[in-house]
Amino acid sequence: MSDNDNGGKIFLHSVTLDLDKCKGCINCIKRCPTEAIRVRDGKASIISELCIDCGQCIRVCQNKAKKANYDDLSVLDNFEYTVALPPPSLYAQFNNIDDQKIVLDALKAVGFDDVFEVAAAAEIITAATERYLTRNKGRLKYPVISTACPVVTRLISVRYPDLLDNLLPLITPVELAGKMAKKRASEKTGLSPDKIGCIFLTPCPAKVSAIHSPIGTEHKYVDAAIAINEVYPLLLKEMKKLGAELPDQQPLAGAVGLGWGIIGGESTSLKSTDKHLAADGIDNVIMVLEDLENHRYGLEFVELNACSGGCVGGVLQVENPYIARAKVNKMKSNIKVNDEPLDDDYVKLMWDKELDYNPAMELGDTMEESFERFTRLQSLIESLPGLDCGSCGAPTCAAFAEDVVKGNAEVMDCVVLLRRKTEEIYKRMESSFDSVGFSNRTED
Amino acid sequence: MNPILIRHDVSGEDFSLAGEASVDIKNQLRKMGIPADAVRKAAISIYEAEINLVIHATGGTVEAEVENNEIRIRITDNGPGIPDVNLAVSEGFSTATDEIRNLGFGAGMGIPNMIRYTDEFDIKSTPGEGTEINMTVRF
Repeated sequence: MSDNDNGGKIFLHSVTLDLDKCKGCINCIKRCPTEAIRVRDGKASIISELCIDCGQCIRVCQNKAKKANYDDLSVLDNFEYTVALPPPSLYAQFNNIDDQKIVLDALKAVGFDDVFEVAAAAEIITAATERYLTRNKGRLKYPVISTACPVVTRLISVRYPDLLDNLLPLITPVELAGKMAKKRASEKTGLSPDKIGCIFLTPCPAKVSAIHSPIGTEHKYVDAAIAINEVYPLLLKEMKKLGAELPDQQPLAGAVGLGWGIIGGESTSLKSTDKHLAADGIDNVIMVLEDLENHRYGLEFVELNACSGGCVGGVLQVENPYIARAKVNKMKSNIKVNDEPLDDDYVKLMWDKELDYNPAMELGDTMEESFERFTRLQSLIESLPGLDCGSCGAPTCAAFAEDVVKGNAEVMDCVVLLRRKTEEIYKRMESSFDSVGFSNRTED
Repeated sequence: MNPILIRHDVSGEDFSLAGEASVDIKNQLRKMGIPADAVRKAAISIYEAEINLVIHATGGTVEAEVENNEIRIRITDNGPGIPDVNLAVSEGFSTATDEIRNLGFGAGMGIPNMIRYTDEFDIKSTPGEGTEINMTVRF
């Protein structure tokens, strides 16, 4: 199931399947954190309501059958003027650079007319977060949870309704970068905004989905997304050519903005609170969310990144996330901290659309139906082997049982039960042959 | 329709497992399609009770029964019991050791939270024999 199945109305997911390459193995169904994948008729399929775009299946697919959807460089031709929006994690993909200048120049050499750093917008979001926390001190639902990682926001909206009010209601640094870049380019060129293309260089499929259907706002400020690993070789080539030439692109972002590329960068940049926590890796994120539903632990701010190491761990990155993290830290020590980041109207950074709870765990459409299915579920789970072998196409016996009560699978899809049943039939046939004097054994 | 019963034995040995029963019951209640607010109230109440089972009673049993628009929660243990129940239900009262407090627990809000989040609350305790808590969340 891909985003195209939604009649083109809402762009839901950026993870799709190459049917020819999928062998129907169980690697992805076993590793999906929300149990959103089933193998049906020998091919994997994604259950749209459960998928949070984390990209884990892309990482674990040995046949490269899971892909992220994104644009290629030809998208630049759709616009009269283009602005690249590089995330801070991009800079850490390259070796031996002291700051981001050469990367920004290389982006222009690749074909973009201008560059606007997402890290610069991130510094404004840091300032806005600070303002949100201090102006509303004591009145907020704590801990406030960062909304920079769209996987986390989406996960909360489908599984943690009690934490919806904890979400930081600010647009993401990527959206703000698009908004500012478009305005700046329009003023500079005199072109109307629709002729200007703001193109994000994405570390992950989730951010592709988020630019097409932004969270907390109806406005779309970013026009397209290109994968970092696609543009990486081109950038590398241009960077080699640029060599020691004096870069002309002046960076806007300082150490705070660069820090957003790694886990902990967002929370440690806050001066108004030291009661923060940062967790990375989707399993760890889920563990923290489960705990936060019950207990606040005196925390005021929580930063959660679905990928290990933060955005440097995105599935579309090139460098090992831990080495990339070390590079970010080195670069941070080389560049200054912007004391007064670019100012923007705080109110305009707030969400203008509520984020709804999209329950995905209920077994039925009504409480009666769910209740009835749950009753059947309990007894069905008892009768299943509990091996979680995955042969039925579901990740666990419990998930399979849910599929059965929802009418999406048959009990005899369980190979262990099927084998038991076959043995029974065989034995019965054998004994009935015996009783009428037939035998399948050769008599001497 | 017959009631649905979910039962968990809570081990008193392992702090790392404390909270697992409430997480599981919360997820099961969601699957049943019970409104989010009722699930939240039940989950927090069970969580508080579960922590008490681990801290004070070396484990016990958590049961949640769902029928006729209510979740009936029963927590039982064979622990030391509570000498003064009236004192235990008051906010801020705690007998937790410093070690427990360092883990972030023992603020004396366990039982008060259970009372706050449930529609009915009842506690019976006999020193030397154990404690039984019955709570109801309606939806």
